[in-house]
Amino acid sequence: FLSYLLFGHGINVDLQTDATLQVDISDALSERDKVKFTVHTKSTLPNFKQNEFSVVRQHEEFIWLHDSFVENEEYAGYIIPPAPPRPDFDASREKLQKLGEGEGSMTKEEFTKMKQELEAEYLAIFKKTVAMHEVFLCRVAAHPVLRKDLNFHVFLEYNQDLSVRGKNKREKMEDFFKNVVKSADGVLVAGVKDVDDFFEHEKTFLLEYHNRVKDASAKSDRMIRSHKSAADDINRIASTLYTLGTQDSTDVCKYWTKLFPLFSKLSKIEARVAADEDLKLADLLKYYLRESQAAKDLLYRRGRALVDYENANKALDKARAKNKDVLQAETSQQVCCQKFEKISESAKQELIDFKTRRVAAFRKNLVELAELELKHAKGNLQLLQSCLGVLKGDT
Amino acid sequence: MAAEMEPPPLGNAGETDFRELEDGEDLFVSTVTTLEYPEPSSPEPASLPAEDISINSNGPKQKDVSFDDDPEDLFAEATEEVSLDSPEREPILSDGPSPAITPVTPTTMLTPRMDLGARCRIEEDNNGDTFDIHIAVSDPEKVGDGMNAYMGYKVTTKTSMTIFNKNETTVRRRFSDFLGLHSKLASKYLHIGYIVPPAPEKSIVGMTKVKVGKEDLSSAEFVEKRRSALERYLMRTVKHPVLLKDPDVIMFLESSELPRAVSTQALSGAGILRMVNKAADAVNKMTIKMNESDAWFEEKHQQFENLDLQLRKLHASVESLVCHRKELSVNTASFAKSAAMLGNSEDHTALSRALSQLAEVEEKIDRLHQDQAYADFYLFSELLGDYVRLITAVKSVFDQRMKTWSKWQDTQLLLQKKRESEAKLQFANKPDKLQQAKDEIKELEGKVEQGEKDFELISKTIRKEVSRFEKERVKDFKAVIIKYLESLVQTQQQLIKYWEAFLPEAKAIA
Repeated sequence: FLSYLLFGHGINVDLQTDATLQVDISDALSERDKVKFTVHTKSTLPNFKQNEFSVVRQHEEFIWLHDSFVENEEYAGYIIPPAPPRPDFDASREKLQKLGEGEGSMTKEEFTKMKQELEAEYLAIFKKTVAMHEVFLCRVAAHPVLRKDLNFHVFLEYNQDLSVRGKNKREKMEDFFKNVVKSADGVLVAGVKDVDDFFEHEKTFLLEYHNRVKDASAKSDRMIRSHKSAADDINRIASTLYTLGTQDSTDVCKYWTKLFPLFSKLSKIEARVAADEDLKLADLLKYYLRESQAAKDLLYRRGRALVDYENANKALDKARAKNKDVLQAETSQQVCCQKFEKISESAKQELIDFKTRRVAAFRKNLVELAELELKHAKGNLQLLQSCLGVLKGDT
Repeated sequence: MAAEMEPPPLGNAGETDFRELEDGEDLFVSTVTTLEYPEPSSPEPASLPAEDISINSNGPKQKDVSFDDDPEDLFAEATEEVSLDSPEREPILSDGPSPAITPVTPTTMLTPRMDLGARCRIEEDNNGDTFDIHIAVSDPEKVGDGMNAYMGYKVTTKTSMTIFNKNETTVRRRFSDFLGLHSKLASKYLHIGYIVPPAPEKSIVGMTKVKVGKEDLSSAEFVEKRRSALERYLMRTVKHPVLLKDPDVIMFLESSELPRAVSTQALSGAGILRMVNKAADAVNKMTIKMNESDAWFEEKHQQFENLDLQLRKLHASVESLVCHRKELSVNTASFAKSAAMLGNSEDHTALSRALSQLAEVEEKIDRLHQDQAYADFYLFSELLGDYVRLITAVKSVFDQRMKTWSKWQDTQLLLQKKRESEAKLQFANKPDKLQQAKDEIKELEGKVEQGEKDFELISKTIRKEVSRFEKERVKDFKAVIIKYLESLVQTQQQLIKYWEAFLPEAKAIA
C-alpha cells in the first residue's frame, strides 16, 4: 500500500523525473503533534555536494518553501505547485482517545477490533499526507525553472533545521488582510477584458472550472462518507451474526454461522471500495481544486501586470503631454511592459501544460477507479454466489 | 447443555417426545376425511373448531392439543408462496434490465424437508392436497375524510382447502379489523400456550399523515410498509394449524361484513384496560418465583432471552444500514449532477465526455442503491422486526405458563388452609360449618386437580409450539436470507455492467 501511494501518485502523471533530479519521501514518523518527513534526493546535478542524500523536514518547512516561490517576482509567470495540506490527525486521535476511555465498557474482542479499525484509519490518513507532501516536491523537481531554485536546493540538502517557525498571530493577521485585498483586487483585475483571446478564454474557463471542481469535491466527499457508514453497518451486522451463531445449537444457528464470514468479508470490500473512491476520485478532485486555484493566481498576477502596464502607459502619455518626468515614466513603462510580456509568455505555456497534466491525471484515475470498482464488484459477486450455493444446496 | 431436553430439531420431530401425547388419537381416526392427511395416525379433527375453541374456557379438552407433531409433520414440509410476491413488490425489487435471480432448481423440490419458498410455489409431492393457502393484501384505498378517514385494504384468499367456503374470496378490511382479529385470538389461545402471531403495530404519526392527506413519499412508504406487514401477519396466522381453523379467522377471511372492532382503539375503555392489565402482569411476573422443575423450560427461556437481545441488535444495525444506503443514494445522485456540471465546463472534449459518462454511471448507481435499500428493508429489516415481536409473544406464552402454575399453587395453598380450618372445626362441634368446610374442600380438591392438569397441558402445548416455532423460524429465515442475498447479487451484477460500460470511455480520453 505504501509503495502504491508513493510511486506515481496518480495526481500528476507527467512527473517522470529524469535522472538529473529525483525526489521522494522515503520515510515518515508521526509524533505527538507533528510529522517528520525524510526527504530523499538522488541527483547528478553539480551543485549538490553528494549524489544521494536525505534530510528530515516538517510541514512548516514545506510551507516556507511554497511561500518563497509565491513571493518571488521571478516566478510570477508560473503556476506555483499548490502547498500540501496540513497533516490533520485531530479527528483520528480524538477517536482513539475516546476508545481508550471507553475500554472498560466493551468486551476485549470489541475493543481490539475497534482499535484495529481506528489504527488502520490513522495509518490511511498518514499515508495520504505523506503522498501529498511528496507530490508537491515532485512537481517542483519536474518544473524546468523551479527545480533550479536556491531555496529548493537548501530545502533538499541542508541537514539542519531550517528554523522556519510557523507564522505567529500577527503574521497570520497580515496574511488574512493581504488575502482580502488580493481578492478584492482580483475582482477588479478580472473585470478588465483581455485583448488576447487565449487568456480571455482561460480566465472564463478557470473561474467556472474551479467552482465546479469545488462542488464536485465536496459532493464526492459526502458520497464516500455515506459509503463508509454503510460498510460500518455491515460490519456490525457481521459481529451480531457471529454472536447469534455461537448462541444455540438450532438449525438457524447454522445460517448465522455461515452468514457471518460472508458479511464480514462484504464489509471489508465495501470499506475498500470507499477507500479507493476516496483515493481515485476525491483526492483527484481536491488536488485539482488547489491547482486550479494556483492557475487562477497566475492569471491574477498577469492581469495585475497588465493593469500596471496600462496604467504606466497612461502615466507616460500624461507625462509626455505635460512634458514632465518623461524619462521616469518611460523607464517605468518599459519595466511594466517587460514584466507583463515575460509573465504572458511563460503563463501561456504553463496553462497548456496544466491542461495536459489535468487530462492525463483524470484519465489515469478514472480508468483506475473503474477497474477497482469492477474488481470489488466481482469479488462481492463471487462471495455472494458461493454462499448462496452453499445455503441453497443445504438441506 | 441438556441436549436431550430440547425438542429434537426438524426432520426427526416427534419420534421421542411427542408420541405419548397422542392419547386422544383413537377418538379421531374416523374423522380423517376432509383434510386428507397422508398418515391416518395423525388425525386432525376437522369439525372441532366450531364447538370447542370458541369457548373461552380455561380448560380446553384434550382434543385441542392433538394437532400434528409427529415425524411426518406436514407443516414442516408444506410450502406456500412467500408473501413478498405481491404485485406491488415487482417494481421495487426487479429494477434493471437483467434479472439475475436464479429460480430454485427442481432438484430441491423432491427433498421433503427444507423447501426454499423462493419465487415459485412448490407442490408437496406426497399425497394430494396439503396445506395450501395464499393470502394477499393489496389495493390500499383511503376511505372517508379528515380525522375519521381510514385505509381500506383488499384481502384476497386463494385456497384449495375445504374448511373454506370458496376457492377464492376477496374482502375489504381495515387496520382495526386486523387488530380485532389478533385480540380475539390472543384472548382465546395465549393463556393455553399457543404462540399467537402479533399484529403489526399501530402508528399514530404515520396514520395521521395519511388521514390528513399528505401525498408524499413518506406516507406512501408508510402505507406500503403496513400493507406488507398485514400480509405477513395473516400468512403467519394461517400457517398455525390450530389458528387456521378458528372460526374468527375464517370469518375474517371470508365474510363480507365484519363487526367493527372498537375495543382496539388505543384510548378506548378496552384499550386502557389492556394497558392496566399489562402493567399488572409485569408486576406479577416480578413477584412470581416459580419452582422450575423442568430444565427444558429453563433452558428455552434463557435461549429466547438471548435471542431477543441479539435480534434486536441485528435489527438496529440493519435499520442503520437502510438509512445509510438511502443517504448514499441521495449523495450519489447529488455527486452525479455535480460531475455532469464539471464535465460541461471541462474544455477538453474527450475528458468532458468521459466526465458526463461518469455522471450517468453514478446516476444509475444511485438508483441501484435505492433499490438495494428497499430490499434491505423489506426483506431483512422487516423480517427481523417481525421476529422480535414474535419472540415477545413466545415470552408471554412462557409467562402464561408461570401464571398457570401460580394459580395452581395458590389453589393448593387455599386447600391446605381449608383443611386446617376443617381440622379445627372437627373439635368445635358445628356440624353445618363442618359440612360446609368439607364441601369447600371437595371443590378445592377438584380445582387443584384441574390446576395441575392445566399446568401440564400448557407445558405440553408450549413444547409443541416452540418446536413448531423453531421449525418455522428456520424456514422463514432461510427463505428470506436467500432472497436477500439474491438481491445483493443482482446489485453487484448491475454494478459490473455499468462500470464495464464506462471503462472504455475512460480509456478513450486522449
